[in-house]
Amino acid sequence: MANHIDDETIEYVGILAKLELSGEEKEQAKKDMESMLDYVDKLNELDTSGVEPMSHVFPVRNVFREDVVTNGDGSEDTLANAPEAQDNSFVVPRTII
Amino acid sequence: MRKQYEAVIGLEVHVELATKTKIFCGCSTEFGGAPNTHTCPVCTGMPGSLPVLNKQVVEYAVAVGLAANCDITQNCKFDRKNYFYPDNPQNYQISQLYLPICRNGKVEIDVDGNKKDIRIHEIHMEEDAGKLIHDPWTGDSLVDFNRSGVPLIEIVSEPDMRSADEVIAYLEKLRLIIQYLGASDCKLQEGSMRADVNLSVREEGAEEFGTRTEMKNLNSFKAIKRAIEGEMERQIDLIEAGEEVVQETRRWDDTKGESFAMRSKEDAQDYRYFPDPDLVPVEISDEWIAQIKAAQPEFRDEKKARYKEEYDLPDYDIDIITGSKHMADLFEATIDLGSDPKEVSNWVMGETMRLVNESEMELDDVAFAPEHLAKLIEMIKNNEINRKVGKEVFEKIFRENIDPAAYVEEHGLKSMSDEGALRAAIEKIVAENPKSVEDFKSGKKKAKGFLVGQTMKATQGKADPGIVNKILDEILSQI
Amino acid sequence: MSILDCTALELGRKIKEKEITAVEATKAALEQMKAVEDKVHGFVSYDEESALKRAEEVQKGIEEGKYTGPLAGVPMAIKDNICTKGYATTCSSRILENFVPTYSAQAVENLIEAGVIFLGKTNMDEFAMGSTTETSAFGETKNPWNLEKVPGGSSGGSAAAVAANECFMALGSDTGGSIRQPASYCGVTGMKPTYGTVSRYGLIAYGSSLDQIGPIAKDVSDCAALLEVIASHDPKDSTSIGRDEYDFTSALVDDVKGMKIGIPKDYFGEGLDPEVKDAVLAAAKALEAKGAVVEEFELGLVDYAIPAYYVIAAAEASSNLSRFDGVKYGYRAKEYEGLHNMYKKTRSEGFGAEVKRRIMLGSFVLSSGYYDAYYLKALRTKALIKKEFDKAFEKYDMILGPVAPTTAPKLGESLSDPIKMYLGDIYTISVNLAGLPGISLPCGKDKNGMPIGLQLIGDCFQEKKIIQAAYAFEQTREYEAPEIAKGGARA
Repeated sequence: MANHIDDETIEYVGILAKLELSGEEKEQAKKDMESMLDYVDKLNELDTSGVEPMSHVFPVRNVFREDVVTNGDGSEDTLANAPEAQDNSFVVPRTII
Repeated sequence: MRKQYEAVIGLEVHVELATKTKIFCGCSTEFGGAPNTHTCPVCTGMPGSLPVLNKQVVEYAVAVGLAANCDITQNCKFDRKNYFYPDNPQNYQISQLYLPICRNGKVEIDVDGNKKDIRIHEIHMEEDAGKLIHDPWTGDSLVDFNRSGVPLIEIVSEPDMRSADEVIAYLEKLRLIIQYLGASDCKLQEGSMRADVNLSVREEGAEEFGTRTEMKNLNSFKAIKRAIEGEMERQIDLIEAGEEVVQETRRWDDTKGESFAMRSKEDAQDYRYFPDPDLVPVEISDEWIAQIKAAQPEFRDEKKARYKEEYDLPDYDIDIITGSKHMADLFEATIDLGSDPKEVSNWVMGETMRLVNESEMELDDVAFAPEHLAKLIEMIKNNEINRKVGKEVFEKIFRENIDPAAYVEEHGLKSMSDEGALRAAIEKIVAENPKSVEDFKSGKKKAKGFLVGQTMKATQGKADPGIVNKILDEILSQI
Repeated sequence: MSILDCTALELGRKIKEKEITAVEATKAALEQMKAVEDKVHGFVSYDEESALKRAEEVQKGIEEGKYTGPLAGVPMAIKDNICTKGYATTCSSRILENFVPTYSAQAVENLIEAGVIFLGKTNMDEFAMGSTTETSAFGETKNPWNLEKVPGGSSGGSAAAVAANECFMALGSDTGGSIRQPASYCGVTGMKPTYGTVSRYGLIAYGSSLDQIGPIAKDVSDCAALLEVIASHDPKDSTSIGRDEYDFTSALVDDVKGMKIGIPKDYFGEGLDPEVKDAVLAAAKALEAKGAVVEEFELGLVDYAIPAYYVIAAAEASSNLSRFDGVKYGYRAKEYEGLHNMYKKTRSEGFGAEVKRRIMLGSFVLSSGYYDAYYLKALRTKALIKKEFDKAFEKYDMILGPVAPTTAPKLGESLSDPIKMYLGDIYTISVNLAGLPGISLPCGKDKNGMPIGLQLIGDCFQEKKIIQAAYAFEQTREYEAPEIAKGGARA
């Protein structure tokens, strides 16, 4: 059962993942994804009906913080690695067209 | 002839919870502050940082859910909603999709006496985004993460509303419930309550829903009303012209009175939700629910009944006072200081409402101390000042929250309570105005009013009009 | 004997007994690094000056009684996906090339408190995605046993640096075998603790539900001692688990009498190199000779672990790595038009091919219409795999098997066929899916002189059992270092 990934799908996943692939990379990505999915399809051999999906291995519940302020002015650290900053803020290309 | 259409409206209401700290870190939620001062590695999505849930967020969400007659999901989880945008530091928002904390609720609204249930589909917990400011000089945008991670609940209604009035009534209802719980101050202008409107239109009587649009950026009741009316009109025009309504998100521009599509090729609207592996499930036991229930305050309907019973106030007054949790608190605090409930109610219904309307404020914004109103009422009761002066002083209290005793003292506004001095002043006025006395004696009762007026003028308004009348009557009867 | 030949605990003891100072030990390690780094390339970055400054402080602290632990004064290396305050942390990725965290991982904080000295940050597969350390954006690390071979990965830099005596111990991270497999390839010992034992705060996430920080060292004792320091219940990590006891070194006892060891038949079938098989089975025999009860059994579902793992890890990674967008830290493309183009250019230029491959796969399996078929299916498979292990641990104290099907492959052979590379993780990956502890330690060499690793897998929270058995096995053989490790300062 071979999976087929078309151009449109690769384009779409590229939008979701915010990755811009060159023509060559796209072809490679299609092949890679097809072979990975073919491989992953092995899971369909397993009957998992009635099995709860397991996100966490341990049944840990209710890990909370109390509502107490513990942090002070963090702006210096927050902005320490900013590629571009101005007025204590991160600078990004205009968001509203 | 144009067909009759009706709107089908559902709301997504975001409410910022009144916690001291953010939902997943110990940063303050305080409003304002220079950009990025209320931030840490967690709420700015630094690599390796991890979220830890604020317990108070769960308690508020459950409290609101209970008040809105919801079922509480006793084993709920957080999911990641994945999308790229600069106000979202991780490029995913921690929210709840698969197991929201509350489901299947309803609240009753009342529009001009018509009661109706609006069903609540779900309430979920999530984190707020940061703020983007557009720099008109450089054309860039600036990102401030102070609001990033502030806890929100999103209350999603069923499409049960049919008009702007119903929407407003529903929002008012939610606002009161949440304010009474103390879970949020619910101010639309400040963004602590925000509503996205999902709206479609259909021919009246039709069963099927039309294609809906979602409208964002509605930050006042007036804007919501205008946006609903505008969007209804736009959709009806499209349908009448034989065009299709496109399912999309639109941004309402209240100054232009128009909405604009927010679509772009880069917004795939495929959020790839999956359970957040960094957070563990929340288990809400029966005991915990019972504790939250037990800690719930008196709600509006209970309060109304009690005001009727204990204070015997008119329904209209009770409605106004309890229509703002803040006002009701102020009202009760003043009574607790020993003031007569009816008297307090009169000050709220009379002068307070007058000044609120005059200043285009809301009752929620009234900011004077109950101690000052209580003192004022006491001073009037003890004839230390008269009612007219009292109103003047109240305006000062309302606007500047001054201490009435000190103010009256400082401005020499005390009543002339010395009857001897007042009698002397009145005798002088009677002596100076024989014509008026004569008129009065000949049956012109109005002439007495003139004499009272003259007395008030002579005492710079500080005389108690009741006492002036009494003394004047005595003097006139002796002439 | 050279200082460098000491284990971490031996060195700690010598420092405590004033035979050596922390400064001398640090200088010795730095000398060795300078001598071999151009060949091994175990480090992404190191800072001689700050290491020596820290060594002086620690030495003073030891003398003043501030640091009393067994690892005080021991120089070590940290994998470059573990945040170190004020010190670049890159995940061996261009996208984080200039990222200097303003906070340290909790594990690092614990080490600072224990008086450990940091030499530098070790190389790795980019964002821990790989099994060879060849996907690093900063050049491949070479196996100290044979410079034409890979050190394994993703913690290849840490394993190679320990093997080459460039440090006395190191931190790695293990998402699907990333500590155990390079430890095996480099002939050192590495341990992946039970999920939740070491705080993930400050570990730059790959697959959050699978990632664990763990020790890589020359022997089992050092691993136990290092784990004892880094393990802690951390309120900053919701998945961190408060354990009843953290005294892992108390399990360093040469006694396996009556221990029940299961050998999964499924681990010894097709694909396993005969030399590896023989060495691992010989290790089982050695433990049996010491009194352990060794038995073969069917584990089940072994072939499903890798596909389930790649779906889960890729899905989580696609979301975890979305924060690298050129806005807050790290690389930003130089030229772009508008916001979305900035995102795309930054990420396309900043990430390497393997990372992009997994982000694409992860985005796809979570996308509308595929979530149930792939992601939920994988989570259900994970539940079944966990059940298989639960059944096994009802009968056995631990599971014994190989770490990897072969010894270290040659550089440049693996990346061309990703699935083949992924298949190399078959014995390690299910341990992460089930949250179990696992230890990898040397048990022999192949005919080319490359180390072979033995893996012991314990039930959740049963680190002490596998430490004890590993320690007992270790007593049956001598530690061997590669040629390149020899030399350096004499003690």
